[in-house]
Amino acid sequence: MARRLPPKDVVVVGLGWSGSIIANELCEEGLDVVALERGPWRDTASHFNIGYAPDELRYNSRQELMLHPAQLTVTARNDPSQTALPMRQFGSFHPGNGVGGAGVHWAGITWRFSPIDFRLRSHYTERYGAAAIPESMTIQDWGTSYEEMEPFYDRFEYLAGISGKAGNLDGQIQAGGNPFEGARRRDYPNPPMMQTFGPTLFAETAEKMGYKPFPIPSALLSRSYVNPLGIAMGQCTYCGFCTNYGCANYSKASAQTAVLPVLMRKENFELRTLCEVLRVNLDSTGRRATGVTYVDSSGEEWEQPAELVVLCAFMLDNVRLMLLSGIGKPYDHRTGEGAIGRNFCYQMANQVIGYFDPKAYNFNNFIGGGATGTAIDEFNNDNFDHGPLGFLGGGSTRCAPIGAEPISKRPTRPGSPTWGSGWKKAMAETYLSNLSVGCEASSYADRNNFLDLDPTYTDRLGRPLMRITFDFPENDVRMSAYVTKKVAEIVRAMGAQQILENPRTRPWSVVPYQSTHVVGGTAMGLDPKTSAVNPYLQSWDVPNLFTVGANVFPQNSGFNPTGTVGALSFKAADAIRTRYLKSPGPLVQV
Amino acid sequence: MTSPQRTVSRRWFLATTAVGMAMAASSGAGARVFFGSGMPWDGGAAVPPQPVVPGPWAFFTPAEARIVEAIVERLIPADELSISGKDAGCAVFIDRQLAGDYGTSARLYMRPPFQPGLPNQGDQSDLTPARKYRAALPAIDDYCRRTHGGRDFAALGPEERDAILTEMEHGKLDLGPNIDSGMFFSQILQNTMEGFFADPIYGGNKDMASWKMIGFPGVRYDYRDHVLKHNQKYPLPPVSIQGRQDWTQRS
Repeated sequence: MARRLPPKDVVVVGLGWSGSIIANELCEEGLDVVALERGPWRDTASHFNIGYAPDELRYNSRQELMLHPAQLTVTARNDPSQTALPMRQFGSFHPGNGVGGAGVHWAGITWRFSPIDFRLRSHYTERYGAAAIPESMTIQDWGTSYEEMEPFYDRFEYLAGISGKAGNLDGQIQAGGNPFEGARRRDYPNPPMMQTFGPTLFAETAEKMGYKPFPIPSALLSRSYVNPLGIAMGQCTYCGFCTNYGCANYSKASAQTAVLPVLMRKENFELRTLCEVLRVNLDSTGRRATGVTYVDSSGEEWEQPAELVVLCAFMLDNVRLMLLSGIGKPYDHRTGEGAIGRNFCYQMANQVIGYFDPKAYNFNNFIGGGATGTAIDEFNNDNFDHGPLGFLGGGSTRCAPIGAEPISKRPTRPGSPTWGSGWKKAMAETYLSNLSVGCEASSYADRNNFLDLDPTYTDRLGRPLMRITFDFPENDVRMSAYVTKKVAEIVRAMGAQQILENPRTRPWSVVPYQSTHVVGGTAMGLDPKTSAVNPYLQSWDVPNLFTVGANVFPQNSGFNPTGTVGALSFKAADAIRTRYLKSPGPLVQV
Repeated sequence: MTSPQRTVSRRWFLATTAVGMAMAASSGAGARVFFGSGMPWDGGAAVPPQPVVPGPWAFFTPAEARIVEAIVERLIPADELSISGKDAGCAVFIDRQLAGDYGTSARLYMRPPFQPGLPNQGDQSDLTPARKYRAALPAIDDYCRRTHGGRDFAALGPEERDAILTEMEHGKLDLGPNIDSGMFFSQILQNTMEGFFADPIYGGNKDMASWKMIGFPGVRYDYRDHVLKHNQKYPLPPVSIQGRQDWTQRS
């Protein structure tokens, strides 16, 4: 029996990017906020210590900072006819755990989504006709617009100190930026990062081919910076231990480096770590959350009453908590009804590796970071004419050497031996002279891709695991083949002697790492039949429950998601501060 | 520790300013409460890596250690590029890994039911890495003794060993009902590479042999002065978590 605690105004579940932003905003409003975090406390000086932060075995191979499957995992299958089996180790994606969440070990690439993304179905219908959208493709509009999102993107970019170059200032296209981006009111807070040889060669070659290359917008700071909360951050050192690692330099923006030093001082904020929320409690009407029940690390259960519940856990866990708590109607793929679990999407991670003449090319790929590099956007989203192509969507093409830690990043030419002296020779030859160019591409919803609770497998607490039913839709496979060919043309023109093309193909496998950009399951939107939350990220069914995360994306764009998650955090906080508190209740009437 | 004196401007739902500190002391071992005190310094919370030193085997029996050394010596043979996997310490690395959390799959999801799946559903075996090694190594030696006149794997010549390893790589060696030879080959190849390329602190990359071979500078952590030196060789030698040998050893 859970022991009941004194009530709070707000309980925030999960203290990563979105949880820390929401908590800070609501504390500013004077509310008593408690955050419950299932993982441990983590901070730069004590946990990302420069003396041993650069440790590939510990942080990349053994995934120390990430969620461990022993605590929680998911089951997976490609289609409803199969039996889902547990991901006994995480491969395809790496959920976060602990204070800072996945924002501790993210890459730092920080995009805004395209204006068309927020009205995707409307846009494609207008441009290509309703018949161009396959019957099973359940893409939908977000119920918001780029114009509504712009101020919130701006706030996140300034909070995180994003380093980049504007491509569109108030409608004026800026040379050297991304000409396809939506209009922004002001430039990034920091100038672009320096570029190493590989991204420089990519940009030069792309420009000669008629494309418009630009520096990747980066949450690794190009210079020291004090953010609007007054928190000082440091210049990135291009150390090459970035994605999958905590940053010892205070130069990768995260909850730790951009929010917590202020939030943790607030007397109306409380954090409880190693406390895992079991469920959201509802009153007898099922229409009002009364708080949450959680279990601490000794196994004791506590009930935390609260007037407002905000789910800010990893996106899979936000969806799972809603399913476990009986909030909303679970999605049924046979009928297409129900919004909880609907429109689970991923990211098509396509790649081309170029093998260059080792006598002439030295890329020093160990110099870099998760978001150093250059990109083009000609093959993203609807930036090119899909009329004759037979698919929709696309991706951002970028040359971004994230580091070259040698357990995991030492490709050999195709056909080389994998061990013995022949392998040694092949690997030593290509280690400094290979270069990857990726195309991180859109993932569009399909009625047979969804999330629900597994009927067989449970977590350590006896609760059902989340079950993922997912495979790459035919549309996305065709798109991947197309964009990968385009990338290969560029890599060939850069002077590669040999190239290896890796477009994503079916079936989706849980084994190799692809991307942690899993999205959807509780889409935001204007229709409660197809969305779980309204455009203010408020539950349609339980108005004193909000959720912030990539779980509210109705589908995924050809961009990394964190910039949009950060913007949505400010959007939800703004809705609570300026609308909900004035009149607690549904913010959108249907 | 001092809490800032900022006054909460407005109470919204709560009529009282009482806060839930009562539970703090009783919220259980491990779980912690942080309350208005700023960023807590958490000295000793993060555990530095413990240096692996050669010495008695922690997991392997002498016979197991003998065959593992003989395998890693062929996966990474000594040549003009580097010392062998054996001399670099890869068997010591694997031994220490199998004796720890990795060997017991402590971080993995190991709850039943265990049922076979599709290749793209990942490893569904209930065998931990430690149990895989324990089962496979004697089976390989048995096979060698049966087919090579009573000699175990380590007693074979380099070409003979390579031939056995190639059969394993292609999944053609019969190691009994519980172990697929191809799966085990992947396992030991992965662990050997982890040891050879990991920081030397883990015991398998003696004197940064692998890093010197490929030109990886290790944990320098600051390349700002070389970012714009395009296509130029990085001038400095590698450095590891424990520094460099010539910093610490005088002989």
